[in-house]
Amino acid sequence: MRHFLDFEKPIAALEGKVEELRHMSSDGSINIADEIGKLQTRIDRELKQTYEKLGPWEKVQVARHPERPRVSAIIGQLFEDFTPLAGDRNYAEDYAVIGGMARFRGQAVMVMGTEKGSSTEERIKRNFGMARPEGYRKASRLMELAGRFGLPVLSFVDTAGAYPGRGAEERGQAEAIATAIRACLRLPTPMVASIIGEGGSGGAIALATGNRVVMFEHAIYSVISPEGCASILWRSSDHAKEAAEALRITSDHMKELGVIDAIVPEPLGGAHRDQTAAIASLGDACFAQLRDLQDMDRDALIADRADKYLAMGDGGG
Amino acid sequence: MNWITNAVLPKIKALVTANDVPDNLWIKCKACGQMIFHREFEQANNCCSTCGHHAPLPPEARFAMIFDDASFETVELAAIDDDPLKFRDSRRYADRLKDSRSKTGVKDAIAVAHGLIGGRKAVIAAFDFRFMGGSMGRMVGNGIIAAAEAAVAHDAALITIPSTGGARMQEGVLSLMQLPRTILAVEKVRAAGLPHIVLLAHPTTGGVTASFAMLGDLQIAEPGAIIGFAGRRVIEETVREKLPDDFQTAEYLQDHGMVDAVIPRAEQPSYIGRILGFLMDQREATRAA
Ligand SMILES: [Zn+2]
Repeated sequence: MRHFLDFEKPIAALEGKVEELRHMSSDGSINIADEIGKLQTRIDRELKQTYEKLGPWEKVQVARHPERPRVSAIIGQLFEDFTPLAGDRNYAEDYAVIGGMARFRGQAVMVMGTEKGSSTEERIKRNFGMARPEGYRKASRLMELAGRFGLPVLSFVDTAGAYPGRGAEERGQAEAIATAIRACLRLPTPMVASIIGEGGSGGAIALATGNRVVMFEHAIYSVISPEGCASILWRSSDHAKEAAEALRITSDHMKELGVIDAIVPEPLGGAHRDQTAAIASLGDACFAQLRDLQDMDRDALIADRADKYLAMGDGGG
Repeated sequence: MNWITNAVLPKIKALVTANDVPDNLWIKCKACGQMIFHREFEQANNCCSTCGHHAPLPPEARFAMIFDDASFETVELAAIDDDPLKFRDSRRYADRLKDSRSKTGVKDAIAVAHGLIGGRKAVIAAFDFRFMGGSMGRMVGNGIIAAAEAAVAHDAALITIPSTGGARMQEGVLSLMQLPRTILAVEKVRAAGLPHIVLLAHPTTGGVTASFAMLGDLQIAEPGAIIGFAGRRVIEETVREKLPDDFQTAEYLQDHGMVDAVIPRAEQPSYIGRILGFLMDQREATRAA
């Protein structure tokens, strides 16, 4: 069963009609094909009009869409010989963070990302993409390993944020995130990060402090969830829509503020409507960024990253 | 919340300098409810003489307390574009800033100074919790960077003293970018072979904990300070479990291996001085040779 967002209801109705027509008996079949064609044109027009002018709050819904491309789908489509690595060597394997070595268009790389999961069972196993300290420590370990063996790092971020749990706090959630950010900053090889769905606060930047950062057109990146911001500043999460607007969390704003380097266009009607096409565009965007960095030596890469983030002190960019 | 301390005292404080505050003003301890003479409270660096509660301490007072002979020089921070997002909730961020500035007399939630601690050169970057809850935006990031650069320039230790509710939401994702920014700052201090000591004051929560504030060579904390990444209420709502009363206190963190020591204010100058001796004597000796 396809999942439709509230503002997609008119589109859902049209698609329902198309389905109905497809199942009708074939007498007068020419007319049915005609009708379907006309409806499809209307659907495409509706999708275009709707998705062209999505507001920030609608983008939040799209970014959280259950059929949005996941990190495992991205790894499956864009990488060969993926060899997953597990564990933080201290306490546990955190299934919210996937990572390992792979080949990206022939080149050996380290790939990692936060995985929300697709089925209910998988979502629970992966804690809905909210990592605990072990996930960030694993990411730090993979980055350190990548650095020693000259592997560029590609990371893909889709998380509501770090997991707010008792054990996570007791085992040093804050320290684990800070150390992961530091591991990004110390990396002597190129790092390209992609914000593919939700870029939720510290849990996102922990894996996203790259030389280059790209972002899906309808993804969001924020210091706090709109709901969290609303409950603090408006004293009610009912104001999440206003908070989403005020926080400037959309890809166009990220580009303006100098936080990201490129926006990856999504297929008509969002990445959830055509995952394969969306992932293919993302692959091209990552490849282009990586190619830009390939002639830089270790010092230049570290300096490039430092300059990028140190510049974010006065209006950004 | 007490009407006298919240509404009247700040106004009186704004009218008279600290030295002119008459002796007969009383302060109520937020922890035990005891009434304390204002002057006594101030002399104890805002600590309660009855229960030992450590109340917020503004940067200037911290500098005077920790630096030798209460002597220090402040590092001025350059002004920046205040409101890049044109953020507005029930009020405009620009107005909130204006208000906080006139109430506190400071420009933002951080102050930086250098001086000597136990005879050794040190730079302190202290958060000002009075200013928008000590939240970290670009200006606070600039303060940490300025402090780190001053430490390297003066061949001094860096002491950071967070006291903050977290990132400044009104600066959106740019406040999140202060996490890597401030980590880069303390990396410079490390690269110069100088110590970075974090003194966690109440409260140190949210995004700030996931940055420079957990990456000190030493982590020390003030008694009773609440320190944590996620807020207690958020955790309770998520895990539906009653948390221990002392959850996320400095003492609890020490039990869980997150801080080296819990040091009351009265002992901080000598403690930090001793630490700087251990960490910097070798450097001095090498330089002298
Ligand atoms: Zn008391």
